[in-house]
Amino acid sequence: MNPNPEKPMAKYLIGLYDDEEKLLAAIEHIKKEGLPIHEVCTPFPVHGLDSLLQLKKSRLPDAAFVYGALGTLTALSMQIYMYTIDWPVNIGGKSNLPFPSFIPIIFELTVLFAGVLMFLSYLAVNRLYPGQKTRVFHPRQTDDAFVVAIADTTTWDKAKELFRKTGALETQVVEL
Amino acid sequence: MYDSPIREPLILGRKTHKQITDDIVAPILGSASWKWYLTTAFTALVMFAGFGAIAYTIWVGIGTWGLNKTVGWAFDITNFVFWIGIGHAGTLISAILLLFRQRWRMAINRAAEAMTIFAVICAGLFPIIHMGRPWLVFWFLPLPNTHGSLWVNFNSPLLWDVFAISTYFTISLLFWYTGLIPDLATVRDRAKPGSFARIVYSILSFGWRGTAKEWQRFEAVSLVLAGLSTPLVLSVHSIVSFDFATSILPGWHTTIFPPYFVAGAIFSGFGMVLTLMIITREIMNLKDYITLEHIDAMAKVTMVTGMMVGFAYATEFFVAWYSGSYWERYIFLNRAFGPYWWSYWAMVTCNLFIPQVFWVKKLRRSPWFVFIISIFVNIGMWFERFVIIVTSLHRDFLTSSWRMYTPTWVEVTIFVGTFGLFLTLYLLFARYLPVIAVAETKSILKTSGDQYAGLSYEAYLAQKKATAPAPVAVPALNPDEPKS
Repeated sequence: MNPNPEKPMAKYLIGLYDDEEKLLAAIEHIKKEGLPIHEVCTPFPVHGLDSLLQLKKSRLPDAAFVYGALGTLTALSMQIYMYTIDWPVNIGGKSNLPFPSFIPIIFELTVLFAGVLMFLSYLAVNRLYPGQKTRVFHPRQTDDAFVVAIADTTTWDKAKELFRKTGALETQVVEL
Repeated sequence: MYDSPIREPLILGRKTHKQITDDIVAPILGSASWKWYLTTAFTALVMFAGFGAIAYTIWVGIGTWGLNKTVGWAFDITNFVFWIGIGHAGTLISAILLLFRQRWRMAINRAAEAMTIFAVICAGLFPIIHMGRPWLVFWFLPLPNTHGSLWVNFNSPLLWDVFAISTYFTISLLFWYTGLIPDLATVRDRAKPGSFARIVYSILSFGWRGTAKEWQRFEAVSLVLAGLSTPLVLSVHSIVSFDFATSILPGWHTTIFPPYFVAGAIFSGFGMVLTLMIITREIMNLKDYITLEHIDAMAKVTMVTGMMVGFAYATEFFVAWYSGSYWERYIFLNRAFGPYWWSYWAMVTCNLFIPQVFWVKKLRRSPWFVFIISIFVNIGMWFERFVIIVTSLHRDFLTSSWRMYTPTWVEVTIFVGTFGLFLTLYLLFARYLPVIAVAETKSILKTSGDQYAGLSYEAYLAQKKATAPAPVAVPALNPDEPKS
């Protein structure tokens, strides 16, 4: 059933593999034949998959650096504003700009900002949120099977052939 | 001839990916035994007894505790430091061991991280209760206020603690949940379509699919969170130790406190992880995943950190003597031979002497023996905090102010109640969430499963060649395709 009638469901041809080494060999083969792979789903991170699919390096770590820097600045300016500018309290003549005392909170807020904002960015770029529709190609893809999905219908005949040759457990057409 | 083992297997029982899912996910979707309900009911009862004692404290006041003018800080803060310490193993296991590429962490990191979160919840209760007026807890925060906007004191380690512990809790929770999302998706896809469990795990798994891009980002995020958590875990207990070390009280103001507290935290954390994991592997039948190898490794960490703590005890005494400070020297002699001598020697025995049995490999590999030792570690580390806090306070600078401290039933009930809270949360976790990181365990199956590991590389390749499936001659096509 299609919950969103305005947007027709897309059809995919999937090949199901039971071993990560078979999967990597198959992808290499399919790529050599020049077929466009729509998506590869695996139950756990498979090493060598991102370089094989030529995925761009994730920029999340760079974003985390920026978020962390934001946290550093927030903590520093907050403490200087509150302790030095807005209401300087004379505590036994101690400095109102005690930089060493500011370091723990600077560190904590750096980590907090970097961690929380990176986590939120991670969910956002992956489109993960509570209530997200479950769009799995095959229920076994989070269990023990590796899925290669092909969207371009003109290549399906050839893809079926290739799936068969590379030892896929089964091939089927699914609608999402 | 060259068949020297390349590494010890971490997953036993010649598992397949499917079996790993079955072993860990099936108990979640199955029904719990009456034993689980009984145990949970009991721990919940203990928890509510603790909540009752907290309510009594808030209603009547801090006067219900055994504190006096001299010992104004005792059981509550001891328990706070105790629980925070326990909360350190999880992040250590998942973050520091991830950076060091220690694969044995994968069987225990999920449960250890859960313990971290629950222990921090227990710890967080104490500073709030001991304020006396917990409804004013927001005074901890740097908020604009009606006192002419008089801000919090940024010179105070107690304020740094607020930031450190809330950051630690948040980051641990996010780290834990990042790892949980793919595993919750596994549970979701195995639940019956349309069932209540399916709906709940669908919401919790955020629509995870396991695409190559998702996994790539997952690994990037895990690595950065590990990198952030590593200094964080060290900073949290350092800052907790500043609560004492920045004061001017003999017995507290020593520069050794931050490393000493961090080592103690790792020690007590591993003690609690051992206690719970040995029971968990027994009851949930996870002996193929949490192997003797894991217990062995954790026992080694426990012994090493125990000796670091023991070294700190010795250093404190040396410095007390070497400093020539009369008060410092007195406090330490009083600790070991004064009225609280029994707590000092309980601490030294449990933390330094008893873990020495772990030199013997055979003892490290007998789960029930390790379990008993881990209980001693927990007791010893509780006494360590009690010793530091109470013995330093009870002999004040003026002899007329010398007092003894004994906890009242209210304080004891609150402390026991936090164990109820901790165990109830842990039991709920073990019932409804995957106790072992399913996806991560699958990813190391080919390197650490017993059918692959324990062989030379040549033998491994030969075995692989022999067991590799022959090329499929007749295609195993799905007969009724195309399917929609």
